[in-house]
Amino acid sequence: MKLIIAMIQPHKLPDVKKELFAADVHKMTVTNVLGCGQQGGYSETYRGVVHEVNLLKKVRLEIAVNEDFVKVTIDAIIKGARTGKIGDGKIFILDLPECIRIRTGEKGKEAIG
Amino acid sequence: MLKSFFKIMPKAMLLALPILCWIGSFAAPAWAEEMATAAQVETLTNNLNIVWTLVAAVLVFFMQAGFAMVETGFTRAKNAVNILMKNLMDFAFGSIVFFLVGFGLMFGVSHGGLFGTSFFGMSGMFGSEGGGVEWSWTFVMFQTVFAATAATIVSGAMAERTKFVGYLIYSVVISLFIYPLFGKWAWGSLYIDNGAGWLENLSTGAFCDFAGSTVVHSIGGWLALAGAIVLGPRIGKYLKDGTPQAIPGHSLPLAALGVFILWMGWFGFNPGSTTTGDGSIGRIAMTTNLAGAAGAVVAMLTAWVLFKKPDASMTLNGGLAGLVAITASCATVTPIGAMAIGSIAGMVVVFSVLFVDRVLKIDDPVGAVSVHGMCGLFGTLCCGLFNAEAVLGIGEVNTGLFYGGGINQLISQVIGAGTAFVWAFGLGLILFTILKKTVGLRVSAEEELRGLDLGEHGMEAYAGFQIFTTE
Repeated sequence: MKLIIAMIQPHKLPDVKKELFAADVHKMTVTNVLGCGQQGGYSETYRGVVHEVNLLKKVRLEIAVNEDFVKVTIDAIIKGARTGKIGDGKIFILDLPECIRIRTGEKGKEAIG
Repeated sequence: MLKSFFKIMPKAMLLALPILCWIGSFAAPAWAEEMATAAQVETLTNNLNIVWTLVAAVLVFFMQAGFAMVETGFTRAKNAVNILMKNLMDFAFGSIVFFLVGFGLMFGVSHGGLFGTSFFGMSGMFGSEGGGVEWSWTFVMFQTVFAATAATIVSGAMAERTKFVGYLIYSVVISLFIYPLFGKWAWGSLYIDNGAGWLENLSTGAFCDFAGSTVVHSIGGWLALAGAIVLGPRIGKYLKDGTPQAIPGHSLPLAALGVFILWMGWFGFNPGSTTTGDGSIGRIAMTTNLAGAAGAVVAMLTAWVLFKKPDASMTLNGGLAGLVAITASCATVTPIGAMAIGSIAGMVVVFSVLFVDRVLKIDDPVGAVSVHGMCGLFGTLCCGLFNAEAVLGIGEVNTGLFYGGGINQLISQVIGAGTAFVWAFGLGLILFTILKKTVGLRVSAEEELRGLDLGEHGMEAYAGFQIFTTE
């Protein structure tokens, strides 16, 4: 089992969701996050004073999958999120030792699916 | 020390009261006698009219706040600064332009009933004609806030995707001549007798639009329709197959506050249009309120039947729909007539929103086209149906079809409302297309997604809060 964490541009979320659903991946957690990477920040002005914003709005997706779903999930995220410009985001993949469904007490592969 | 003061106070007042009454009993008759002279009664009446009209102007001005809150509430957080700026600046630009040019075109000496030719920048307005110097100031102020109301309707329909510069240019043009010229045709004689417009001299009877269902609301609504068409829908509003998507507004509390403010402002908009401090203002306040109430009730019920829930945003639109619809006929219908008009408007607005959204596929984020355009049109026609001057004791005959007045008034209403549509929608299409081809009317897709607050103004409405910008 793997935990896939992806950071994407907020406005690409609808596209990514669409691709994930098309690839039969229906379970995910989405969080609003701030972060910085290669993209750099931008400057706002307030009452004539410039202030730099370094932390940009991003969306963080967390998807737990079985081994055979790792590649399809990654492909779907890339297909939905890629524009070719700096700032498209990153995908992290972690090993997931255990997963338990609270309602039934199921563990492992059954609990994820 | 303080305690003893309060102990003494009531006793002192008891003593003072008979003394004051005694003094008053000498002063009162003398004072009354003095006031009874005709000239002074006239001065007092004139001043009363001025005070009432200016109070009403202030109420109508505050409708700007109402529009700002409704439009902000019904759109997304990332565009709040932009919509507030549009509401502020169309009033500011509009006030100046209307003073310099618009008022003269609208109320100056009429050229063939088509446009005014005097009073630009209020020059030459201080003769005795038109009610005297003091009245001139009041009247221009009152008309300025009306012009600004028409201008500000459009910002809602064009929300979340319009270039700020393009919108500013539009706001100057509407106050410069689009609103004033139609205003001349329908209301030209309100200031001086030789200012009358052609819609006031129709052979079927003068076009009836007491406070501006057509002159203000439809003109704004039809321009909004033209703007929304030329702009195109927001990104994500329609799927590839044309299915409309919901883009929920970010603050229903702000939207509701805006509707309450607008409703309050309407007590200046309609009763104030008498520009006279007499008994009719109470009656007009009643018809106005009943129509708004009926509009909200029926819109809620309609939404409840259609969507299985009493939708708050539709109900808020419904209250406004009733108010817009009664604006033309508020001075000439009975309370029952007012409720009928408001009720039908409440239904019209819900179906109109659905029609614009699903059939025409025009993206109007706040329902401005339906509330102001459609319900303004409907309300204008209602003069020809519900006018009951004789029943109210304010005229010789009823001009409404339902009160035995025949079809003539209705024909005048159709001519006036039809002219307004052709004028505002036609000019709107031309104006917005020119803007699109020159300065540009729409922001880039990237900016639209990130929000116009950052793109156009470089700042956020809710600094310190984390706002979702996922659609």
